[in-house]
Order: sequence, then structure tokens, then C-alpha cells
Amino acid sequence: MFGKLTLSAIPFDQPIIMGTLLVVMLGGASVFGYVTWQRKWAYLWSEWFTTVDHKKIGVMYIIMALVMLLRGFADAIMMRTQQAMASADAAGYLPPHHYDQIFTAHGDIMIFFMAMPFITGLMNLVVPLQIGARDVAYPFLNSLSFWLTAGGVVLIMASLFIGDFAATGWLAYPPLSELKFSPGVGVDYYIWSLQLSGLGTTLSGINFIVTILKMRAPGMTLMKMPVFTWTALVTNILIVAAFPVLTVALALLGADRYLGMHFFTNDAGGNAMMYVNLIWIWGHPEVYILILPCFGAYSEIIATFSGKPLFGYKSMVYATAAIGVLSFLVWLHHFFTMGSGASVNAFFGIMTMIISVPTGVKLFNWLFTMFRGRVRFTVPVLWTIGFMVTFVIGGVTGVLMAVPGADFVLHNSLFLIAHFHNTIIGGVVFGCLAAMNYWFPKAFGFKLAERWGKASFWCWLVGFYVAFMPLYILGLKGMTRRMNHYANPDWQPYLIVALIGAVIILFGIFFTVLQLYVSVRDRVTLRDPSGDPWGGRTLEWSTSSPAPFYNFAVLPQVRELDQFWTDKQDGVAYMRPNRYEDIHMPRNTGVGVFMGLFGVVLGFALVWHIWWMAALGLAGMVGSFLVRVYDRDTDYWVPAAEVERIERARLMRMQKVGMVGVATPANDEQQAA
Amino acid sequence: MSHAAISATADGIHVPVAHGHGHGHDDGSRTLLGFWIYLMSDCLIFSGLFATFAVLANATAGGPGGKELFELPYVLGETMLLLVSSFTFGLAMLDMRAGHRQRVLVWLFATFLLGAGFIGMEVHEFAHLIHEGAGPDRSAFLSAYFTLVGTHGLHVTAGLLWLVVMMDQIRRRGLNADTRRRLSCLSLFWHFLDIVWICVFTFVYLRGVI
Repeated sequence: MFGKLTLSAIPFDQPIIMGTLLVVMLGGASVFGYVTWQRKWAYLWSEWFTTVDHKKIGVMYIIMALVMLLRGFADAIMMRTQQAMASADAAGYLPPHHYDQIFTAHGDIMIFFMAMPFITGLMNLVVPLQIGARDVAYPFLNSLSFWLTAGGVVLIMASLFIGDFAATGWLAYPPLSELKFSPGVGVDYYIWSLQLSGLGTTLSGINFIVTILKMRAPGMTLMKMPVFTWTALVTNILIVAAFPVLTVALALLGADRYLGMHFFTNDAGGNAMMYVNLIWIWGHPEVYILILPCFGAYSEIIATFSGKPLFGYKSMVYATAAIGVLSFLVWLHHFFTMGSGASVNAFFGIMTMIISVPTGVKLFNWLFTMFRGRVRFTVPVLWTIGFMVTFVIGGVTGVLMAVPGADFVLHNSLFLIAHFHNTIIGGVVFGCLAAMNYWFPKAFGFKLAERWGKASFWCWLVGFYVAFMPLYILGLKGMTRRMNHYANPDWQPYLIVALIGAVIILFGIFFTVLQLYVSVRDRVTLRDPSGDPWGGRTLEWSTSSPAPFYNFAVLPQVRELDQFWTDKQDGVAYMRPNRYEDIHMPRNTGVGVFMGLFGVVLGFALVWHIWWMAALGLAGMVGSFLVRVYDRDTDYWVPAAEVERIERARLMRMQKVGMVGVATPANDEQQAA
Repeated sequence: MSHAAISATADGIHVPVAHGHGHGHDDGSRTLLGFWIYLMSDCLIFSGLFATFAVLANATAGGPGGKELFELPYVLGETMLLLVSSFTFGLAMLDMRAGHRQRVLVWLFATFLLGAGFIGMEVHEFAHLIHEGAGPDRSAFLSAYFTLVGTHGLHVTAGLLWLVVMMDQIRRRGLNADTRRRLSCLSLFWHFLDIVWICVFTFVYLRGVI
């Protein structure tokens, strides 16, 4: 009846897990109680869960990413603590099986459920506004993508308390991940949580490609598109081209585990290196999927706060596209040690060195954008400069490892760990936090408090160096990754320093949470009445903060790059149109929520081999979709009078703060209200 | 591709004609582009499976290979069913453009029967192989074979379900903008599966018996 699931699946004998469960349950119960007490369930359901508004979906993605950042970081600091303790005769406090799950979960959560939702959230929030569109191409699909990703989050979180998670490392290499060597449900949780969220990611990739190609404001040719949108376009092309390969790799691993097949087994002709190739054909583009939108965000930030157009816009676009193509030609550098021979390794080594060139181009562009600009050292700019310094170090160590000979020594050492944290923290995390500080006012109508943002930045920056520079040294000394215990006491001091670094980062995270809290508390004083708090250049700053649900009352006309900046210079930025028109908008729907929910049922049932429940989950997903297919009431019109009322209220607010020229419409013929 | 204006109003969908500015509207081209991109991503799934099959084609682990297992005349029969089903779908599309609802339904039903016949033959073939002890757990080659061909079969099955839904929608609602757009997508999907099958026939079966 319940497959492999019994009460013994809950690890009652593990005090750490049970303590966490208690905290999660108490936290969950208090949130649940608070929402119930405030009678906000109906509001949450109708305004947020069922929304098809790209801005709200973006906000939900980012909230999810921040929550998962806390979970992933908890894993990280547990590992650092264990390694700081477990030298020579000391065993530390984490038993190997638990420790192995923690480093696996840390990697998967940080990549799939922190970084991916964060950048998807940013693209949701920003891209339609930047291109002057009212929504994405497929608003319902967008909601579905979010809820499928959320389903993946639920599954991976459930693995903490019901059963266990994979103890294989974040990519679950076979043969270790085969049923013979990982007989538990951990790898199954891994497979289904990633398949569910991967489906969501692929769908949102398709959605954004069509949005960017088909829905740009009139006059916005590709080369007049803001650079963040460009990076989003290339990233989504990479998503659509790479994620199907991940789907295949995980499906084949699943076929081995569930149907007794022999794709990657040691016997009957299986070939484990096939999996490693497939997973990295997805995996290497994936790192560029994460970093490119961050590059885009840095570009927008540095141009805005230097008060200058971005230096070398065209070269930035070409560099982005070049990275996109090259990212598919370097995957083998993740396993030079496979033994594919000198020629193959040389090819991939050289390609890896070449891919660093366009990134170098970008760095010079950012530097020259700042050159002779009046740089305002706001929080987003601090993150950007911190990134520029840190990322260069990470890039240089990466090129170092691109030399196959050097890689044979450094493969799977802590040097590698230091390298990719150097690029992913210094590039992606800094970029996401920079972007969050930069675009927050557009989402909520008030700015984030500077002071705690700066405190957070300095803790992250210093903490990063303290935590990861020792790992470079340890890697050169020969310490490999994923060690639960080590015999060499010389390594311990470095690992204690690394732990201190992790604690400093903990303060950085704490200050980000504090920054959010303080900003919400002081939201009246931090209010952004203009919609353009930073002196922005691109279209998203031309509408109000927060943007109305229809984004733009009148679709903007674009004649050049940085159209909004030019409009402000010409004094025509806030012209009131002669008349407003009805606006066509999609209606909210709960189908995405239900499909995500049934997806969780399906995934959970597959993990535990509860076949009737799996059938139920699948039927539920298909059934909910059919409900949507037969629903004809999927959109509505916003009357022009309603648009005018909202826009008038905004103009009144702007008038109050004395923004010049606001109240004089372009051609003030008599208004037919 | 579709005649949105005519059918939408005839169907009673609230599309005020006055709002001709088009923003926020999908004339169908947006959906078709997205569907094309989806098909390409699906194509990558198949390319991953083909690559895996190519790597593992000779890994028979002492078990039977393609030469012993595949019966080309039978597979040719399957292939013919699928090819003819693509032809009947093409006829359905022509009638959709001409606006003949009843004939569209007839051709879609013919397509459904042919597709179902294809699936029936495939299931029979799989059952036969498993019965002979050449199941997917016998060797890496057979794992790759069953997965590649089976994934195609699952796609066709999904297509059959989609056909049923479309026949029902066209029966209830007629040929309006929605059903035309969806039928165009299904048509792309169906022909795409046909092309994939031709690759399967060539690289799995023909190559296998040589």
C-alpha cells in the first residue's frame, strides 16, 4: 500500500535532523498561524499563488531563492564546522553518511533551488518591463513553471525528514548512484526533484525566448535592446538547449534504478562515463546560464550609477553571444582525468582558455564605463566592484585548471572547490544581491536601506576571502574535496580560518535579512514616488514603482538604446497621452498550483514506489491541464477609464514631490474622461 | 495561419473588434514560435537518446544483437502506419483551412486509428522481445533500444491523447481560433514524431540488421 515507505523512514534517532524538523515545524506553524490570524489566506491565494503577473511570479521566485539560500548555507556552515573539527583523532560531529548527504544537498540546493530561481525571478521581474511589454508570452505557463520549481523544492526539503537524500555528490555520478551502491531513496529524491524543477525551467526558457523575440516595444530592434535583456535571451536559449540533456541523463539513471536497465552500471555493457559526459553537456552551459544574467545586471548597474551609457554595448552583446556558443564546447574539462587522450584534452583545454576572452572583454567594458563617470557608490555598485575584483581571481584560477596537465593534479581537490565558489559566489551571488538592491524599488515601491546593505556586502566580501583563500592553499597541499575526516593535522588551521570566513558570511546573510526587515519597517521614508530612484536609463524606470499590473498604460516607442534616458534629457519622459485605451490582460488561474501539487504527489510516490499514488499524481497533472484547456474565460479587458484613474493617481503623487513638467500633458486637448 | 477574426466572433468569444491595436493579443504566431522551440528542445532529448544508443549499440554483453532480434518486415508495417497517419493528418489540415469541420473530424479519427495501430504493434513487439528474454535489463544495448523506441512510443501515445481532446473540442466548439491554433501545433508535433521515427527506422533497425 505504501511501497517502501514505513515509519522508520523518519530518522528519529538523528538528533540534528529531528532538531531541524522541530524548528521547521515550529516556524511553519507560526507562519501558518500568523496568516490565519491575519485572515490573509484568501489574499495570498487570489493575489499571489494564482497570479499570472510576471512581477509577482518574479517576487515569489526570489523569496523562494532566499529561503533556500538559508537552507543551503546551513549545510555549508555544518560542513565547515565538521572539517574544522575532524582532524587526526577527532571524528567531528557528523557521521559520514549524514555528512555525504549534506554536501550533496548543499550543491543541489544552491544551484537548482537558490541560484536558478533567483535569476529566473530577476528575469521575470525585469525583462517584460525592459522591453516595454505587458506580460510574458505565456502567462499561465509562467505560473506553471514557478509551481513546478516549487514542487522540486518541496521534494528536496521532504528528503531531509522522510528518508534521506543522495549521498553521492551533487551530480550523482554512477556507478555510486546506481541501485547497487545507493539502495536508499536518496538518489530517487534527487532525480525527481530535479526532473520536476527542470521541466519548469525548460518551460520558462521557451517562454522568455518568445517574449523577447516577439513582444518588444515598437521600434526596439535587437541592437536597441537593454543589455540585461540580451543576457536573458542568451541564457534562455542555453536553458532550452541544455536542460533537455539533463532530462535525458536523469531519465536514464532512473531507468537503471527503476527498471533494472544497464546504461551506467558496471555490468552488462553499461558505461558510467556516458553519464558523466551527458551531465556535463548540460552542466557547463548551466554555469553560464547562471552567470550571464548577472553580467547583464552588473552592466545595467554600472551604466546607471556612472551616469554614462554602457561602454561597448555591441561588444557586450557579441561577447554574450560568443560565451553562449562556446559554453557548449568546453564540457570535457570537468573530467580531463577520464583518459580521453591528449588530443581531446588539448581541444577542450584550449576552448576553455578561449571562453575566458569574451569575459575579459566584458570586464574592460565595465571598467571603461566607470572611467570618467561620476560613480555613485550605492549598494549595487559595491557589489559590482566586489564582483569585478573577485571574479577575475576566480577566472584566472579557472584558466589555470584549463591546462590538462595542471588539472590532473588539481582535479577534485579543494583548489577546484575554491575556484568555482570564487566564480559562483563572486559572480552569481554578488550579482543576484546587486540586482535585488537595484530592482527592489521597482517591485515594491520603496528602496532597500543602504546601511544594512553595505554591512551585508562587506561581510560577504571579507567572509568570502577568509573562507575560500585557505581552500586554494589546501588544494595545492593535496587535500581533496568531500572529506568527512582527514589524518593530516597540518590542514586544520586553514580549515579553522575557513570556518571563521563562513561565520563572517553568516553575518552577511543576517544583515541582508535585517536589511529587508528594516526596509519594510521604514518603507514610508524609503518610498520611491518617481518610479526612477536611481536616474535609470532603460524602460523599466519609466513606469511607476511598483509598476501597475499592466506595466505600461501606453506602450513606449523606441528609437534608440537607453530610450528613457533620452526622453528625460528631451523633457518628454512623463508625457500624458491624449487618451488611454482598453488593455487586454490574462486572468489569474490556480491550475499551475494544482499541477505543481500533483507533481509533488507524483514525485513523492515514485521515490517511495507507491504506484497507485504515482498514477494519481500523473492523472492529476494531466487532468488539471485539461481543465485549463477547456477553460475559455482566460483573459479580460481593463477599461480605459480604469487605466486613466490609476495613471492620474500616479501623476498626482509625482506632482506632490515636485517632479518638473509632469503635469503638463503633451497636447492638452479637452480630456474625455 | 489561422483566421482568427472570423471564427473568434462566430464563436462568441469576447473580442471587441474596435481594439485592433493588437498588443497583448496572440494572433497564433507567438504560440507557433514557442511550440517550434519546444519541439527543438524535444529534438534534443531524442538526440541525447540517439547518442546514447550509438555509444551502447555494440554493448550486447553476450546477449542478442539487432541482427537476431529485429524483423524488418514487421517494422516496415509499423513505419507505414505512421507515415500514412502523417498523410491523413495533412488532409485534416487542408480541410481545416477550407473550413470543413466534419471532414477534419473524419481525417483526425483516421489518424488516431493509424497511430493507435502503430502503438499496438510496438507494444506487441516489445512484449515479444521481453518474452524471448531480450528485455531492457538484458544488456546496455537493449536498454538503449527500449528507451529510445519507447520514448518515441510515449510521445505518440501523448499525441493520441491530444488527438482525442482536439476531436472533442472541434466537435463541441467548431474550428475557431483556439482549435485551429492547437491543431496546427498538434500537426507539427505529429510530423515531428514521424521524422524521429524515420531516424529510428534508419539508425536502429536498418543499421541493426546490417
